[in-house]
Amino acid sequence: YKASRFSPLMSVVRHTVITLPTPVNISTWWNFGSLLGVCLAIQIFSGLVLSLHFTAHTDLSFYVVIQSFGDVYYNWWFRALHANGASFFFIGLYLHVARGMYYGSYVFKEVWSVGVVILLLVMASAFLGYVLPWGQMSFWGATVITSLFSALPIIGGDVVIWLWGGFSVDNATLTRFFGLHFLLPFTVAGLAGLHLFFLHDQGSSNPLGVSSDYNKVVFHHYYVLKDLVGVCFFVGPLLGLVYFNPWLLGDPENFIEGNPLVTPHHIQPEWYFLFAYAILRAVPNKLGGVVALAVAVLILLYMPFSPQTAIKGLSFYPWGKALFFSLVGVFILLTWAGAKPVEEPYVVVSQVLSFLYFSYFLLIGPLTRIQDKLL
Amino acid sequence: MAGWTVGKKVLATALGMGATGGAGLYVALDESVKADLTLHPPKLPWSHKGPIDSFDHASIRRGYQVYKQVCAACHSLKYIPYRHFVDVFMTEDEAKEEAAEVMVRDGPNDIGEMFDRPGKLTDYLPMPFPNSAAAAYANNGAVPPDLSLMVLARHGGEDYLYHLLNGYCDPPEGVELGEGQHFNPYFPGGAIGMAPPLYTDIIEYEDGTPATQSQLAKDVITFLSWTAMPEHDERKKFGMKAMLVLIPFTALCYYKKRQYWSLLKSGKYVYNPKKY
Repeated sequence: YKASRFSPLMSVVRHTVITLPTPVNISTWWNFGSLLGVCLAIQIFSGLVLSLHFTAHTDLSFYVVIQSFGDVYYNWWFRALHANGASFFFIGLYLHVARGMYYGSYVFKEVWSVGVVILLLVMASAFLGYVLPWGQMSFWGATVITSLFSALPIIGGDVVIWLWGGFSVDNATLTRFFGLHFLLPFTVAGLAGLHLFFLHDQGSSNPLGVSSDYNKVVFHHYYVLKDLVGVCFFVGPLLGLVYFNPWLLGDPENFIEGNPLVTPHHIQPEWYFLFAYAILRAVPNKLGGVVALAVAVLILLYMPFSPQTAIKGLSFYPWGKALFFSLVGVFILLTWAGAKPVEEPYVVVSQVLSFLYFSYFLLIGPLTRIQDKLL
Repeated sequence: MAGWTVGKKVLATALGMGATGGAGLYVALDESVKADLTLHPPKLPWSHKGPIDSFDHASIRRGYQVYKQVCAACHSLKYIPYRHFVDVFMTEDEAKEEAAEVMVRDGPNDIGEMFDRPGKLTDYLPMPFPNSAAAAYANNGAVPPDLSLMVLARHGGEDYLYHLLNGYCDPPEGVELGEGQHFNPYFPGGAIGMAPPLYTDIIEYEDGTPATQSQLAKDVITFLSWTAMPEHDERKKFGMKAMLVLIPFTALCYYKKRQYWSLLKSGKYVYNPKKY
């Protein structure tokens, strides 16, 4: 402790992870913040190592990525860690957001807003990174998603050509995607620091929804150890996948070199984007689909402005809980529907599920206010 | 729900689980009888499938022999150099001898001419055709795909490839095939440009293994699994070591966490009202 009296840096570290007053009753759902930090570190570290052997060129990218398996020591490990780390990053993100929605963490407006920006940047980063191996799904996924911008009125066509750097997804697109994919995670790291800054300004909430000031303990050892246990239980399955079944969550099409002349039978993103993909395809109008896709994530920004309840969170609102867990079910079903082809009955199913997804945000406020009035 | 008895909560939980399970069973049964345009390959007990199972390297060696004598006429393995064979299924000398059997274009020499020379360990397996146009011309318009990553590049992996190689049959009544096409129920659409490539005793194995059609298919697919996943054995070995460290470390962390928290978890708040 002597050093912290003299060193501003040690003082920051001390106040962030050692003596930080933390509510005594925060549950395992509060582990996901630190887990996401660990995921970000894993992705940055493994990504940096992969970038040492990567060449962003349409003639070379696919070849270089495959060759590195046999020729660069342990590059298979870094690639499997990076690919599966992305999946686990999104598992953590979705559970972290779900915790925030359930326990009313969105009342911390600054923390929540920065968090939504982080979510958007991580989604962008994941999309950009998936294009880099230049497999069939990389190329066609890039084509589909960048083409969405053509739905913008008047300027859409020009925006797409500007994004592509040419008249189709080609080398210019790949090189700029590599640059952006390298840059964005560091932006995310900075925003994560800001996210923590705003959080520590107010202090963590707790599952009961009451003020946390009644009972707090120091972060170290209690939550250092609890977070360490969480890391072990999170990294264990990640390493299990990396070592024993690294391509379980991937798409076989991405092991075929990208070919603009051959369209895959089913163009679909990785599993973590399927819910948004289902919502995009549910709307029969192109611009409508793009707007629905954007709103599906941006609607989270509305939550701090939704009607406030007497008690923070949904712990004491049975109908709110039922609606929340219905949303969880709808999210899982949307993920399933996103992987299905665009034919009946999946079209109608996606439309109904998309309606239910957006209905949650409209209904949760009034539903909980009704219970408040009944009390 | 807060006022429910334990029995009521158990009943509601059981009903919910039963309803969900029933719905899932209904969907699974419904899907299983739906007609599909492609036959899905049944799973096979590959010797390298388990979490601690390595490749059968004798099978990889035989599979290379099948590839070289049957598949290499049309399919390339452009991502595989001869040096990768060393200490996997060949000695260094055997791999050098294997490479030297092919002639490789190299150059320019001192006078600026390109020349052919015997292959070296650093060379990649030769392409059967100079380009995709020549490959398509020689194969009725269909380009034989590169096989380096085929096991990973198809849904079903080894199972799909095995059944594809062994699944050729006469087309059902009413199915019309184009000229030069063959019927295979495992191939999407059913009409495949490749003729049945394997039959019993098409080659003679060096090690004397009977070259039945299923043995040939099994060996060549084990070889192709290796070309797609050359890190396979090392990956699983590394995984076993990692789990040997991770599992006890997790247990230790969990114990220490419970030990530190026991003070708080066993605490009790008691309200002693002031006696006036």
